[in-house]
Amino acid sequence: MPRVRTKDRLKNEINAGSMADIAFLLLIFFLVTTTIADDQGLLVKLPPWSNEPVEDVTLNQRNVFGVLVNAQNQLLVRKEPADVRDLRRRAIEFITNPNHREDLAVNPKKAVISLKNDRGTNYNTYLTVYNELLAAYNEIWNNEAMKRYGKPYQKLPAHLRKAIRKDYPMIISEAEPTEYGEEK
Amino acid sequence: MARFKKKQGNSQPEISTASLPDIIFMLLFFFMVVTKLRDAEMKVRVVTPSATELTKLEQKSLVNHIYIGRPVEKYKKLYGTKPRIQLGDKFATVDDIPLFLENFRTKVPERQRKLITTSLKVDKDVTMGIVQDVKTELRKSAQLKINYSAKRRDEKW
Repeated sequence: MPRVRTKDRLKNEINAGSMADIAFLLLIFFLVTTTIADDQGLLVKLPPWSNEPVEDVTLNQRNVFGVLVNAQNQLLVRKEPADVRDLRRRAIEFITNPNHREDLAVNPKKAVISLKNDRGTNYNTYLTVYNELLAAYNEIWNNEAMKRYGKPYQKLPAHLRKAIRKDYPMIISEAEPTEYGEEK
Repeated sequence: MARFKKKQGNSQPEISTASLPDIIFMLLFFFMVVTKLRDAEMKVRVVTPSATELTKLEQKSLVNHIYIGRPVEKYKKLYGTKPRIQLGDKFATVDDIPLFLENFRTKVPERQRKLITTSLKVDKDVTMGIVQDVKTELRKSAQLKINYSAKRRDEKW
């Protein structure tokens, strides 16, 4: 029987030369199947559902910023036709009321934005409008953060952000949409 | 005069490729971590609108998706062109949503259930009617954290 010499036995290693090839293969597989995380959007909190009929609350009209988007995708802000491009500026003016005007919100805590749409409203239009309203609040919060702490809102620790949000609460109330323009 | 000596043999030292597998493995791990295998075939056409005030959804294991859009070409004959809901890889109706949410909830550890976000991937050409129905159903199922999926756009109009 031939004896295995010590020298030969020491050479019995697994050849790692193909390791790179295997890794390449896997790499290419993952490269092809990957879809890098791009899930982003407007984060919204819905109001809880209740079976009881909602009580009608009458608010002082000066504290309500009514936004209506109809089935023709036209915008009605405080009962007057408006352009989406002005929406952000007008919402900010309404909430902060820098000149203490009689017809705008008494103070930011009382300001309510009421959003209403038809069932036939285009989703794109709805989202654009919603985006502008969120942008208005984000801008207000950011300005306040800069004024108070000299830092942008996103960079603040959670409790300071909460303090700002408490003074400028985001109240967007969405009414049940009307039936107009429902797709058949 | 001194003469230059001719170098002998192959003078160029070779770059060692021993670390190549390591580099490749590093890339491999990167892609393995960021990858999300496409789990659902899209049966409805969804082109999300674009917006500016976006939030990124970080924890993928806590996100479920509801797609709303018009059926793709392949399914038009069978399902028509009216906007439809897709849950997972199936066409669904509003009534299927509670079960879908419940199934997802059971997969998530109890203390994280409050953090579940529903991502609404809605085509920009659908009307609000169907979106509203879905929203109402989500409210009834107490799934209140939602996210209107959108693409980033610049500030300008």
